[in-house]
Amino acid sequence: MMNNAAQIAETTEQAQQYAIRTEKLNLWYGTFQALYDVDFNIRQGMITSLIGPSGCGKSTYLRSVNRINERLGYVRIEGNIDVFGQNIYDPSVELVQVRKQIGMVFQRPNPLPISIRDNILFGHKLHSGGRASRSEQDGIVEDALRQVLLWDKVKDRLNRKATELSLEEQQKLCIARLLPVKPRVLLMDEPCSALDPKGTAAVEELIWELRGKYSILIVTHNMAQARRASEECIFMLMGKVVEHATTDQLFVSPQSQQTADYIEGRYG
Amino acid sequence: MTEDTMSLFEETALNAKNKRVQGLYRTLFMLMTLLLITPVVIILATLVVKGSAVLSIDFLFTDPTDGMTAGGIFPALLGTVWLVTVALLVSVPLGVAAAIYLSEYAPDNWFTRLINLAIINLAGVPSIVHALFGVGAFVIFFGFGTSILAASLTLAIMTLPVVIVATRESLQAVPQAFREACWNMGATRWQTIRKVVLPNSISGILTGVILEVSRTTGETAPVMFTGAAFFLPFLPQSVFDQTMAMSLHLFVVSTQVPHVPEALPYGVALVLIGMVLIMNSISIAFRMYLRGKKKW
Repeated sequence: MMNNAAQIAETTEQAQQYAIRTEKLNLWYGTFQALYDVDFNIRQGMITSLIGPSGCGKSTYLRSVNRINERLGYVRIEGNIDVFGQNIYDPSVELVQVRKQIGMVFQRPNPLPISIRDNILFGHKLHSGGRASRSEQDGIVEDALRQVLLWDKVKDRLNRKATELSLEEQQKLCIARLLPVKPRVLLMDEPCSALDPKGTAAVEELIWELRGKYSILIVTHNMAQARRASEECIFMLMGKVVEHATTDQLFVSPQSQQTADYIEGRYG
Repeated sequence: MTEDTMSLFEETALNAKNKRVQGLYRTLFMLMTLLLITPVVIILATLVVKGSAVLSIDFLFTDPTDGMTAGGIFPALLGTVWLVTVALLVSVPLGVAAAIYLSEYAPDNWFTRLINLAIINLAGVPSIVHALFGVGAFVIFFGFGTSILAASLTLAIMTLPVVIVATRESLQAVPQAFREACWNMGATRWQTIRKVVLPNSISGILTGVILEVSRTTGETAPVMFTGAAFFLPFLPQSVFDQTMAMSLHLFVVSTQVPHVPEALPYGVALVLIGMVLIMNSISIAFRMYLRGKKKW
């Protein structure tokens, strides 16, 4: 953890390297406090993984970043989450824009029960008022599907229902449909836990491909996955951040005994 | 050794007893089921046997004659179509809108729970009470007189809870994951409803509505005080006129008019039940068609 002097010394230039800056985030579900003074920065264009045992607050944190938690009426939040320099909990912030800039991928693939093509265009239509020519739309669909390495597999059946795809393909499609609205941050909540090992490998490969273009924050239970598919890693325990380091450093020489215990499988 | 392996799979006395008991219950439940469908079969068979003699195209499309002891049922048939159509024009938009609000927008608090409770209770109100309410509210207070409008509004109030409940159930059958997917792409509630929730629940909603049509068709009490007439020598020209109705006509020809040939009331009943069965079949066929189209 940085000390105060170092924080103050941070220049604006450095600040711009961060996609998400979290300051003293506390969150309560009713009277239960799920996050305690969470304080870390997520680097722009990198893949950061959040690991920790069930109930440590990693998913809760993720859900605070695109403000889905607040849909539950009994959630209370204190502190700041700045995304590209703006506090997303500021009253002047438009929720629809938050959701557009910050895409979310769920544990269980949730394609809409419409065609593959319409799934990709769904978000785009929402945010463009639906004004795009047929050829523009074709371009958007092809581009998004190419980015998720799905184009060659589905190009001949774009009008088939998305729900007919395999789980792995569905999850790739769920990532693809976020891309046409050009989000800057992608949140992934255990994106591979519903997939078999082959599907997991394929989706991990895809996430690695997207590195650089998007700032990716991925919650995972799977430590091997965090190690393979992320550049920085944050370990959380009981609602607190224990350690935040580069993935190599965290797994090779953890600074905290708690981190060491967890990655060696002593609990969790 | 061989003996042991043999006895491993042999029937024991306990097995045999359990089997007998299970067979007994199976037979019992089957008999109950047969008992259940017996009245339906008897009713339909009686109607067909005794009523089919009067059935003809003329019967459907001519007026009753000779003090309703002869002729057809056209004014009653037309009147029922009027009543049901106007009732649905009121209850469907109202009920579907209320169900959308309750299922998609309303927070779960004491007020919504109160509304839900009211809807359930409204569904349990006897039709004669609805009828008297209709007289007080629509015939007298709003001054519609005994008219198609007053009768249809009464029917609409009666069908409203069922439309709301059926609609809400089909809305809630749409997986929550679809809504979350939309919200997380920045769709508003309405965009989510319009693009995802409604298209995936429309089959259930329409099924509920069509089943309501068939129930409304047979209602007698709510219409006899509010808009349906014993006999009218003319057809209704607007919703402010009275009308004849199939259900009331059946009551009249079977109990109120002397010297009616036996086949006539059976014929009327057969047409009435035929309308209901046709509606139900359409509803079932439609649901099967729409279900076949959706997959998740």
